Amino acid sequence: MTAPRPTPTAEPLLQVRDLRVAFRRRGEPDTLAVDGVSFDVAPGQVVGLVGESGCGKSVTSMAIMRLLPRRGVQITGSVKMDGEELLTLSEAKMRERRGRDLSMVFQDPLSSLNPVVPIGLQITEVLRRHRGMDKEKARQAAVDLLDRVGIPDPRRRVTAYPHQLSGGMRQRVMIAIALACRPRLLIADEPTTALDVTIQAQILELLKEMVAETGAALIMITHDLGVVAGLCETVNVLYGGRIVERAQRHRLFGTPRHPYTHGLLRSIPRLDAAAGEQLEAIPGSVVDNLPWAHACAFQPRCPRSVDRCVEVTPEAENTGGRLLRCFNPVPASAE
Amino acid sequence: MLRFVLRRLLQVIPTLLLLSLLVFAWLRSLPGGPASAFLGDRATPERIAELNRVLGLDQPVLVQYGRFLGRVLTGDFGVSTITGQPVLTEIGRALPATVELSVAALLIAVLLGIPLGYLAASKRGGPLDISTIIGTLVGVAVPVFFLGYLLKAFFAVELGWFPPSGRQAIALDATDVTGFAVLDGLLTREWDASWDAILHLTLPAITLATIPLAVIVRITRASVLDVMGSDFVRTANSKGLAPGTVRGRHVLRNALLPVSTVIGLQVGLLLAGAVLTEKVFVWGGLGTLLADAITLKDYPRLQALLLLGALVYVLVNLLVDLSYAIIDPRVRLT
Ligand SMILES: Nc1ncnc2c1ncn2[C@@H]1O[C@H](COP(=O)(O)OP(=O)(O)OP(=O)(O)O)[C@@H](O)[C@H]1O
Ligand SMILES: [Mg+2]
Repeated sequence: MTAPRPTPTAEPLLQVRDLRVAFRRRGEPDTLAVDGVSFDVAPGQVVGLVGESGCGKSVTSMAIMRLLPRRGVQITGSVKMDGEELLTLSEAKMRERRGRDLSMVFQDPLSSLNPVVPIGLQITEVLRRHRGMDKEKARQAAVDLLDRVGIPDPRRRVTAYPHQLSGGMRQRVMIAIALACRPRLLIADEPTTALDVTIQAQILELLKEMVAETGAALIMITHDLGVVAGLCETVNVLYGGRIVERAQRHRLFGTPRHPYTHGLLRSIPRLDAAAGEQLEAIPGSVVDNLPWAHACAFQPRCPRSVDRCVEVTPEAENTGGRLLRCFNPVPASAE
Repeated sequence: MLRFVLRRLLQVIPTLLLLSLLVFAWLRSLPGGPASAFLGDRATPERIAELNRVLGLDQPVLVQYGRFLGRVLTGDFGVSTITGQPVLTEIGRALPATVELSVAALLIAVLLGIPLGYLAASKRGGPLDISTIIGTLVGVAVPVFFLGYLLKAFFAVELGWFPPSGRQAIALDATDVTGFAVLDGLLTREWDASWDAILHLTLPAITLATIPLAVIVRITRASVLDVMGSDFVRTANSKGLAPGTVRGRHVLRNALLPVSTVIGLQVGLLLAGAVLTEKVFVWGGLGTLLADAITLKDYPRLQALLLLGALVYVLVNLLVDLSYAIIDPRVRLT
């Protein structure tokens, strides 16, 4: 069953508006891990969420899934799926949706699978929960799923334990689990970061195939623009908990406007780079960030900063299908 | 799995040998030695030397150990110097009392400790959690002796709810089948005898259970908290599984691994605690035998009891290892 690719004008499947996540600890100022993120995901669309470590990618996805602990965490804003607000949904209702309507693949496939439960059961339990399958039917479905995600000899492997599989195989199992109930939204949080480079490509290919086959929309979270390049239609660049640039993939790669995006692109090694061309790392790190409240967080590391950057918060402006949060963007003709 | 069991069984043998050597060496190194203890007031250097020769104690230690091992392997533990009866007979008679007491205490500790630890962890920082933490601190700190006398003074003497000592009321003594008073009453359908035995058992079992209970609660709580924060529990929640499935299959199964190890370790302490508890409640089990053997320097009996303790300890920990292998598939391969 291959779902037809929906037209871009379709109602958004997921609508994230002004999402803010604050971690509060007694005696310490709140940490604003996500600071007003807004984006849409259309049915079947593949959206990238890119940014370096600590910019709030995981927290954003966990907030959407409602998997953050309730204690010490304050979430505001809105996350709507099919027009229904998820953030205020009862825990029981949310549990019905998780795994069925939206699901997630995590970074480390070893620690994300239960070490003492056979992988078959870790697949069937979600089928039995959401699809009401009986034991035998669910087992057969699990074998089929394992086969589909490329696990050799699936009939024997259903009884295997996670430690008996390689990292790549484990991540295949995670994908099988996440897609078992054919959710309409899959969030993959750095699904290849913990894997070997050769395996990474295979897993990305599998993800791509699987979302195309099931018609699921995909939010691809990564710090690796190379991953985004082969996969995503729209790319959101996250910095310090806010989206600083969003555009169609080829436009973003062709003409990055935000100095941060620009820097990210120049810092990835490319096979087609001219000899002698230098890789440039962005200077500094996230610890240098200014608070967004009255500045641009990226200013201390920005080669193009101007006076206003430390006085006023740059607002996200939408021009010609591109979202940009910058007072002094890279000129469109720079590359 | 079968190979794992066999291999573990084989590993038990050197452990037991080592423990027997330790027991043997320790007893030989005690001042005075068995002969002078046996002779008591009649001891003169000549008589001691004479007895040592008769008992083979003048031989090299390794020879002595070899003989000792040979006798132990044929089930000959010698004769008690207090009662003149074979040590093995004495132990056989006292064993059911101690087993009954220890099993009851362990059941209380495990059946109460694991749920309590789990509840405390899942309501972390709440009133139940905090009172549990305080309770376990007190539980570990109170001396067994003190707690035993306290319970006895209040619930037995003051309120009269429980008998203050002994295993059974004489009038209600159940017909002896297994030596386990509660079980005997059930087997012979002497219900009132069973009930009486349970009443007798209650206070000593609670006394003996206190420390292991506190330890099991604490380790369960810590282990559950640890597992609840793990990635695979996050995965389980991301699948939208029912809370009961997450709790049972994903949290508890993993959290029980360290708990089972601790239960095994507690059995050793339980044996030590039994000596004190039996003393307080005049229980008449192995603890009483041991206490007398120590005060009256009954070496054959002491030796047999220490070996028995070591054997039980090793076997219980073997069981723990096997349960580990059942819960955790990773163990079977290593
Ligand atoms: N439980 C928490 N308590 C306090 N702060 C937290 C917590 N979880 C995350 N943070 C903070 O939120 C910010 C964003 O974290 P997040 O995990 O979303 O980063 P990320 O973009 O996923 O990075 P990475 O690429 O390393 O996974 C970080 O600065 C982090 O310190
Ligand atoms: Mg992350």
